[in-house]
Amino acid sequence: MFYRENGQFKTTYQSDQQIFAIPQDRWAILAIVAVAFIGVPLLVDEYLLRAILIPFLILSLAALGVNILVGYCGQITLGAGASMAVGAYAAYNFLIRVDGMPALAAILLGGLAAALAGIVFGAPSLRVRGLYLAVATLAAQFFWDWAFLRIKWFTNNASSGSVSVADINLLGWTISTPTDKYLFCLGILVVFSLMAKNLVRGSIGRQWMAIRDMDVAATVIGIRPMYAKLSAFAVSSFYVGVAGALWGFVHLGSWEPAAFSIDRSFQLLFMVIIGGMGAISGSFFGAAFIVVLPTFLNQVLGLLGGLFGLEVSVALVSHIEVTVFGALIVFFLIVEPHGIARLWSTGREKLRLWPFPH
Amino acid sequence: MKLHKLAGIAAAIGLLATPAAFAQAPKAAAKAPAKAEAKEQFFPALPYRTGPYAPNGVPWANGFVDYLKLTNARGGINGVKVVWEECETAYATDRGVECYERLKGKHGGATVFQPLSTGITFALTEKAPVDKIPLITAGYGRSESANGAVFEWNFPMVGTYWSGADVLIQHIAKKEGGFDKLKGKKITLVYHDSPYGKEPIALLQERAKMHGFELSLLPVASPGVEQKATWLQIRQHKPDYVLLWGWGVMNSTALKEAQATGYPREKMYGVWWSGAEPDVKDVGEGAKGYNALAMQHGAEPNAKVVKEILEKLHAKGQGTGPKEEVGQVLYMRGLISSMLAVEGVRAAQGRYGKGKWVSAEQARWGFENLNLDQKALDALGFAGVMRPVHTTCLDHMGSGFARIHTWDGKKWNFSSDWYEADQKVLRPLIMLASAKYAEEKKIKPRTPEDCKK
Repeated sequence: MFYRENGQFKTTYQSDQQIFAIPQDRWAILAIVAVAFIGVPLLVDEYLLRAILIPFLILSLAALGVNILVGYCGQITLGAGASMAVGAYAAYNFLIRVDGMPALAAILLGGLAAALAGIVFGAPSLRVRGLYLAVATLAAQFFWDWAFLRIKWFTNNASSGSVSVADINLLGWTISTPTDKYLFCLGILVVFSLMAKNLVRGSIGRQWMAIRDMDVAATVIGIRPMYAKLSAFAVSSFYVGVAGALWGFVHLGSWEPAAFSIDRSFQLLFMVIIGGMGAISGSFFGAAFIVVLPTFLNQVLGLLGGLFGLEVSVALVSHIEVTVFGALIVFFLIVEPHGIARLWSTGREKLRLWPFPH
Repeated sequence: MKLHKLAGIAAAIGLLATPAAFAQAPKAAAKAPAKAEAKEQFFPALPYRTGPYAPNGVPWANGFVDYLKLTNARGGINGVKVVWEECETAYATDRGVECYERLKGKHGGATVFQPLSTGITFALTEKAPVDKIPLITAGYGRSESANGAVFEWNFPMVGTYWSGADVLIQHIAKKEGGFDKLKGKKITLVYHDSPYGKEPIALLQERAKMHGFELSLLPVASPGVEQKATWLQIRQHKPDYVLLWGWGVMNSTALKEAQATGYPREKMYGVWWSGAEPDVKDVGEGAKGYNALAMQHGAEPNAKVVKEILEKLHAKGQGTGPKEEVGQVLYMRGLISSMLAVEGVRAAQGRYGKGKWVSAEQARWGFENLNLDQKALDALGFAGVMRPVHTTCLDHMGSGFARIHTWDGKKWNFSSDWYEADQKVLRPLIMLASAKYAEEKKIKPRTPEDCKK
């Protein structure tokens, strides 16, 4: 009824090519961003910020990066955790080894280092594809896991192999309280999402999608596969690397290579598959599903037990949590194999016709 | 058109508010009863009863909770009842951090956190000073956090990995007939490839330099079920001693591999996390002769406190775990960890008001000025279990004593006298590492004047 575009006429190319061509969408997104920036810090308590929202934002950014590679360019990767690790450790080394290096610059340089590493480890994609490529990217995961565990230089000779950083200072703004951290991550996420959206709408994004849909055909119409594939690896690793640096600097403060283990790679890939491949919003849905749901289940199950006066042991709760979570993954994959983002856009299509469908 | 826009905004706000609301609902529900019982001292627990390390995590957690139950049965801390709540971490650092955030504000505020994971300890070390909540890491965590001037909120009480490694080398030297006999000997460290396993390396390298033994390091990837290559290397290299720094399934796997490759178990020495019943039970006779550090205590089925727990809790069906577990090594460690927390609060009450609830910040003073002498230990039922603990501002460890115990195929028996970690070796390392940390984190170490506050 309200969500309908009848009577909206576009008279310029500019208005036709906007990211959100429908005003309702545009306003909704602006409102969400406004609420996220102003409403959330005012309303939400510290637990939600530190334990849920900050990890959600950072992993959304990482999922966005993986989505560029997997969803838009069609190159499966199992090395996303390694890119996060490269981003985090490179940022750490830039910060401590270069005098007067601002933390934000270190984080971005960490992302660049991850992009370089991504290009190197993305090179096999020129020869192999599909599952074989996934196996080839595993090499990146194992190599960087090994490097950060064994090469002492990367961890500044820390005796236990764990590194730590002080609070970030951004132009006189010391990012120490949970609200500061949340706003900092949110700011970066908004800028990067906008960049990603425009990249995938532009010429390079179209090249990626052409490669994804059929690389032989793409080559025939003049797209260079090497350029397209490696640029996707570079951009994706840059995003994931920045997310890794944020994970270390903002969320953990002190970390070890285990924070970016192969589990993280799988987690990111699942976020993209469940959230929706080839959709920017899918990254957010996927991150929310993987980050928020287990914690939510854990708390609700405990409370449910309390309601019925049962003393539920934490072990039982955590077993049920894993079971329910697994069942939900299967459920979503059956109901909508294209991810939650597709579910959302189907819903929108229906909403346009509501209440009088054909 | 205008109406459409407004509707869009309303829908967006509604969408955003819903998840926020439902996430807040359980929190609000949990907070409501907490207000009414703010007089109770809250001890959060971060156990792992699931996951690959559960066999070792469960007895610790049961001992931890049983002592809190016993404290209430004894009438609380000078009359102040204790409450506790568990949050499952499965030994995962990110889950541990989430649990910490979840529990820290409950029941009037957490008194002290004990994560039983070196990884989680590292993460919480960054958060504790901000929230002003102390951490007790009895026998684990960061070794350099024994320096309370830099690590104001960390308390690696009773032992750190450095003090443990130092005692092991002392024991080996004694067996060989003096430190000078260590020259040219080959010692291999088989360690869990995580901050936990890497912690002792710094001290062992220092000792290797001092005495001229050859140290080789063999990491084992978590969780540690794959050790074939490691033990092949040991067979080729034939070290004189193997030090085992494992946790959970890694320990029993190492013992099985040692048995398979024929490495004498008598020459294997585990840290105190590699020397409990779950580690050797499955190997049984095959582990006979295997030695491990006892972090002061070993298996203590005859201690007074154990009998009291059996009588006051398990006899009434209020015990936390199975009855057979009471008095086992890891159960005792949980018990002692819990006791240190309770006694720290008692010490804090001595300053801030007897029989009164103390805040986490006040409790920190208690942990820093803990003085558990033999008399106090005897009164608590810990006679013969452990030695006195005395913490100060500069020494958050409080006691560096340890013994060795040996598995005879059925149970653990003490096989050595008390050793004390050599402060002349430990102290410089601690100062160096903590100074580096202070520099990285831009912390100003506390001066003796600050300590008196």
